[in-house]
Amino acid sequence: MKARQSLGSRLAEGVSGGLLRVFLIVVGLFWLVPTIGLLLSSLRAPEDIAASGWWKVFTEPSQITFDSYRKLLENEDITSSLLNTVWITVPATLLVVIIGSLAGYAFAWMEFPGRDWWFLGVVGLLVVPVQVALIPIAELFGKIGVFGSVLGVVLFHVGFGLPFAVFLLRNFFAEIPRELLEAARLDGAGELRLFFRVVMPLGAPAIAALGIFQFLWVWNDLLVALIFSDSGSQPITVALQTQVRQFGNNIDVLAPGAFISMVVPLAVFFAFQRQFVSGVMAGAVK
Amino acid sequence: MTSVSAAGGDKPPAAPKSRKSVTGTRRTVAALFLLPALVLLGALVVYPIGYSVVRSFYDQSGDGFAGIDNYKSLFTDEGIRTALKNNIIWVVFAPTIATALGLIFAVLTERVRWGTAFKLVVFMPMAISMLAAGIIFRLVYDQDPDKGVANAVWVGVHDTFSQASAFPKAHPGRESPLKPAGGGAFITTSPVRTGEAVSLPLVGVAPDLMPDGAKAAVAPKPEPDKVTGTTWQDFTRGKGVGTLNTVDPAELGYAGMKVEAVKDGKVVASATAADDGTFTLPAAADGAQLRLPASNFKEPYNGLDWLGPSLVTPSIIGSYIWMWAGFAMVLIAAGLASVPRELLEAARVDGASEWQVFRRVTVPLLAPVLAVVAVTLMINVLKIFDLVFIIAPGSSQDDANVLALELYRKGFSEDQPGIASAISVFLLLLVIPVMWFNVRRLRREVRR
Repeated sequence: MKARQSLGSRLAEGVSGGLLRVFLIVVGLFWLVPTIGLLLSSLRAPEDIAASGWWKVFTEPSQITFDSYRKLLENEDITSSLLNTVWITVPATLLVVIIGSLAGYAFAWMEFPGRDWWFLGVVGLLVVPVQVALIPIAELFGKIGVFGSVLGVVLFHVGFGLPFAVFLLRNFFAEIPRELLEAARLDGAGELRLFFRVVMPLGAPAIAALGIFQFLWVWNDLLVALIFSDSGSQPITVALQTQVRQFGNNIDVLAPGAFISMVVPLAVFFAFQRQFVSGVMAGAVK
Repeated sequence: MTSVSAAGGDKPPAAPKSRKSVTGTRRTVAALFLLPALVLLGALVVYPIGYSVVRSFYDQSGDGFAGIDNYKSLFTDEGIRTALKNNIIWVVFAPTIATALGLIFAVLTERVRWGTAFKLVVFMPMAISMLAAGIIFRLVYDQDPDKGVANAVWVGVHDTFSQASAFPKAHPGRESPLKPAGGGAFITTSPVRTGEAVSLPLVGVAPDLMPDGAKAAVAPKPEPDKVTGTTWQDFTRGKGVGTLNTVDPAELGYAGMKVEAVKDGKVVASATAADDGTFTLPAAADGAQLRLPASNFKEPYNGLDWLGPSLVTPSIIGSYIWMWAGFAMVLIAAGLASVPRELLEAARVDGASEWQVFRRVTVPLLAPVLAVVAVTLMINVLKIFDLVFIIAPGSSQDDANVLALELYRKGFSEDQPGIASAISVFLLLLVIPVMWFNVRRLRREVRR
């Protein structure tokens, strides 16, 4: 086919192919430049930032300095809030994965009355906006004394992470071949053994996708932590948010802080692209 | 053991009809597996829904029944109305633009070898927080074209297409034949005649702001049936004005200065000064006054006020699209991968152009995916909070307001939990069609 194309159409194809490449490169730059701007801004002194644009470092590379990062890591508010982010994100992710797996398995393979209705009820909760729960949960947490604590933030994230977890895992577990489960059962496996030795390993791809999705969701959250944490339990997003009102004056905290807060999600993203994509695709209803 | 053989025995394993208890579980075991999830969902998701609905009918303190007052304020409260208007703008534009870009990127990247790298770059912003994206775009949208990359690019493009006005702060010197004409323009005190040579001297342009092409000014030479003249900077650094209102050596012409001949308030002729400051007007200018219009003296163009009241919402939507176009692209690319190639090839063999193939084959086949992407983004956009909260500066945050932000303000800084609850119930009502759709789709699958 290719060989029989006329010279003209091949020429046109070549030109449009060239245009296409140029277009995609321009768009790609469009997408990269904002992040590069943040990175280079974080590597300049505040006086330089106030005087000129970040692209100045291309002509004056001597402006690059790690001072802002050094100061940031000596700033105890920032370091403790980074730790808080970890203390919030890790439990919130593990709990959602474990509790979601238990329920997903029950919905997929156990018999009990009204099973499908219960499951549909959970599916209905998928799109409930977190905003609906902010005020009621703030009052509830106030009463039981977890308002302002890491525990409160974790609980909220677990609650709103569960519908998606149950939905995703139940659908994945349901695809496990029945024979595998029966064989394990015939070998005398009990309920827990079956769950931990057969279902969890076979469901690993879905569990990984869910885990990464939930991890990024919680790590990147601002709104929930803004309401349910206090100055001692706030994650990095909230700590940085308090500096935004004086944007120009605090740029030496905001730029490196934002970049540090991005490092972990970006590392996770590049390391687990495939799982992340499948999590995002399954989450298209959330 | 016995229960397993019973369960496995009387149902053929191949039958997909029901996944009936392979495990033959006792109900108590099932309950134990479900209990943590159901308790948490009940306490943290279901109970708050009920509470919010009830709370939305009570007044500020929560003691008195308020009927539908809180819902009325959704449409009367100034802040909420702006938020509602902006949310509509968000829901209409953000998902459609992001989906359209995602579609374009997905289709185009299929044709280049480094498509995967491109996708990675566009998809990457999805992994970062809206807070970080907000900080990124505060930098991008900085008003100063020397600092914000958006205005740097915009001013660059603008100045390429419309010449930057070259003479800010120029003004008549002592005993000048020119006087201010209002609005920043200058006009000759008396009318000009053909055959006459006119001098239009000004002072005050900083040497580094003079146009690069400006040459030494040349004294005007009279020509019959024409009005000729020179407009120049009647001042040289270090030498002062020289002879007042006369072209001295080393004084520079105002290259590119616009000159208009005005008769009875109407422009009858116009010219642009050459590099040496000379200009020539036709006979029609006879008896007119010469004016140097204000456009010559404007301050240099400073770009758009991206985060000002009128542009702030479109600007923030831009940053949202930066974050989420990659999501649309990845989902659509996955859909595209499942489109049968033969179908596209067949259309091409039949002589369809690439555009026709795209329009008539690809897009219709992708319609379900496009719908899922657009609906997902709509739900997402309804709840938009972080980006607006971070990017909109205090001065224009009221103009950028959205429902989720207003809910946060009403509920947590203005102590209006009743109204905040009404907003949250309103948001919930908006997603109920999607909820219903999800449940229906799943019910079919579960029942299979």
